[in-house]
Amino acid sequence: MPKKSVAKFSVPHIQVLDETGKVDAKLDPKLSDEQLLEMHRWMRLARALDERMLKLQRQGRLGTFPPCTGQEATSVPIALAMQKNDWFAGAFRELGGRLVRGEPLSNTLFYYNGWEEGNVLPSDDLRMLPISVVIGCQFPHAAGLAYAARYKGEDAVAVAFIGDGGTSEGDFHEGLNFAAAWQAPAVFVCQNNQWAISIPRCDQTPSETLAQKGIAYGIPSVQVDGNDPLAVHVAITEALDRARKGEGPTFIEAVTYRLMMHTTADDPKKYRTEEEEKRAWELEPLIRFDKYLREKGIWDDKKEEALAAELKAEVDQAVADFENAETMAGFAPDAPFDHVYGTEHPYIEEQRRDYLENMKKEGGHA
Amino acid sequence: MPKMNMVQAINMALRQEMEKDKDVLVLGQDVARDGGVFRLTDGLLDQFGKERVIDTPLAESGIIGTSIGMAMAGLRPVCEMQFSGFSYLMMGQFEAHATRLRSRTHGQITLPMVIRMPYGGGVRALEHHSESREATYAHLPGSKVVTPSGPRNARALLIAAIRDPDPVVFMEPKHSYRAFREEVPEEEEVMPLGKAQVVQEGTDLTLVSWGAMMRPALKAAAEIEKARGTSIEIIDMLTISPLDGDTVVESVRKTGRCVVVQEAPRSYGVSSEIIARINDKALMYLEAPVKRLTGYDVVTPYFGREKSYIPTAPRVARGIEETLDF
Repeated sequence: MPKKSVAKFSVPHIQVLDETGKVDAKLDPKLSDEQLLEMHRWMRLARALDERMLKLQRQGRLGTFPPCTGQEATSVPIALAMQKNDWFAGAFRELGGRLVRGEPLSNTLFYYNGWEEGNVLPSDDLRMLPISVVIGCQFPHAAGLAYAARYKGEDAVAVAFIGDGGTSEGDFHEGLNFAAAWQAPAVFVCQNNQWAISIPRCDQTPSETLAQKGIAYGIPSVQVDGNDPLAVHVAITEALDRARKGEGPTFIEAVTYRLMMHTTADDPKKYRTEEEEKRAWELEPLIRFDKYLREKGIWDDKKEEALAAELKAEVDQAVADFENAETMAGFAPDAPFDHVYGTEHPYIEEQRRDYLENMKKEGGHA
Repeated sequence: MPKMNMVQAINMALRQEMEKDKDVLVLGQDVARDGGVFRLTDGLLDQFGKERVIDTPLAESGIIGTSIGMAMAGLRPVCEMQFSGFSYLMMGQFEAHATRLRSRTHGQITLPMVIRMPYGGGVRALEHHSESREATYAHLPGSKVVTPSGPRNARALLIAAIRDPDPVVFMEPKHSYRAFREEVPEEEEVMPLGKAQVVQEGTDLTLVSWGAMMRPALKAAAEIEKARGTSIEIIDMLTISPLDGDTVVESVRKTGRCVVVQEAPRSYGVSSEIIARINDKALMYLEAPVKRLTGYDVVTPYFGREKSYIPTAPRVARGIEETLDF
């Protein structure tokens, strides 16, 4: 018997807006001017906050954090395409998407300065999971959220994020497989930013694309230019639509680049070249989007100047809120004792008294 | 009252809670068509359908990870780890998310979910099927750990666990699954989590245990009482976390002597914690050092040697006598 091929696959790649700001007319999702400007503003806000956070960190006013600069074009168009009822399970480089979903800017500042209060959302129904420092674990969460949404008859899709390094984690595979087995309404997004701290994409896996790993689970999978917000928009719209129609999950590999360090405690000079970084800066999303908007005639220097001032004021306000002594005074020093369990726990109460007494004896820590 | 074994009692608890609350789902490897390898979930698929009784792919982290997602969305999943020996594959999800999400979101996200798993030895099982690792889960803040000892309390505690607002690790002593039957009322019976039960009052010595070790403990106590006329107070911990230290302390203040029986390895276990609580609050009442009869700090032996490893009634009886005669 001759050998025969029993499975074949191909991985589509989508780019709509190239690095020079040119649009592929056939693939153009034809967003309205308002939509384009909204997308632009959110990406710029995320960049402005990220840049300010780096300054604050270097000045000792903020703890260690993982910058998101250069990856705005992935999470922002995704969050904008989602409905209020959908679940957003970000990893830790989805700052733009989190802001779109309604998280106050100051939350990120509190979180990265050591306060759980940064995880507390202004309302209970934002359907957004807190940042996860642990890698890959939201993929199974999203499969469960999606199952629950369908079970309850809700028109809701769960969208989860991971990085290229995360695709090596067991939970990546388990989450994709469970969602596929259940045909659950979920979308899985990998921000392939080429680096898992010091491990380059080529050392993470010899797999030609990360998208094809989704195909292995029977999931429609696509690779997009993750620095192209229009391509991301096209892919997520199709994926959300598929999920809502009951046709199961989608996996999107968004190819982007981690322009900054892994976290502020990291020094990329140790493991990658300046040439590589220089080339990556030429491909980043905001430059091409600016060109595109100007070409379209909906952006100019005057608008740019006004936006820059507006964003600065917004970030200034967030920093002021974050450093507001009154807000900080409202953070109970014994808050960690409040939420270990949802039921009474006398032994923890005993320990709370001990904690407070010790704190008092040492003049208070918070 | 119908008499039933622990398998039937747990099955009844699941069935009754699923009838009562459509947010309760059961998921795990082999739980649906097969009814679980121990038949704990038998019949549930037929009664509730495959949307509520889910045969999952074989992946412990995936099972708990998806259960976390379901619980976050307001369901009450009861997931099964086929054996506690395989449950370590879910530890990352359990520690990083199940135990923490309430705390790190200040209560905005809560996870009402139960992770059932058979644990412990005594059934001549294959490697990795006989460990007693309740302390591993109890050590993690945010987790609740329940170890029933018989059909009736297993049923009543499982209902409480399903209704509890927190993740509960429900560790079922597989040695007791079919070892004996008890009367279990058909009507609802719920026992609170975090409360130990004084199963027999006494004045001379406090005997503390939980799970499968309640059987040898009770047997040893009966023998000593008969032989020496001693009055032994027997406490079934039932919940390992939160630990009901007060019930033990109160008893030891009365009896002045205490023996703790634990199947798990000796060090860093629940018995250590119980002795520490006695040390804190009842030290001056003690007439003798607190004795513990435990497994040993060795890798749980294959079943060829398990009879020598797991505390037996005669070993417990010797420990009681030594404590009485100190």
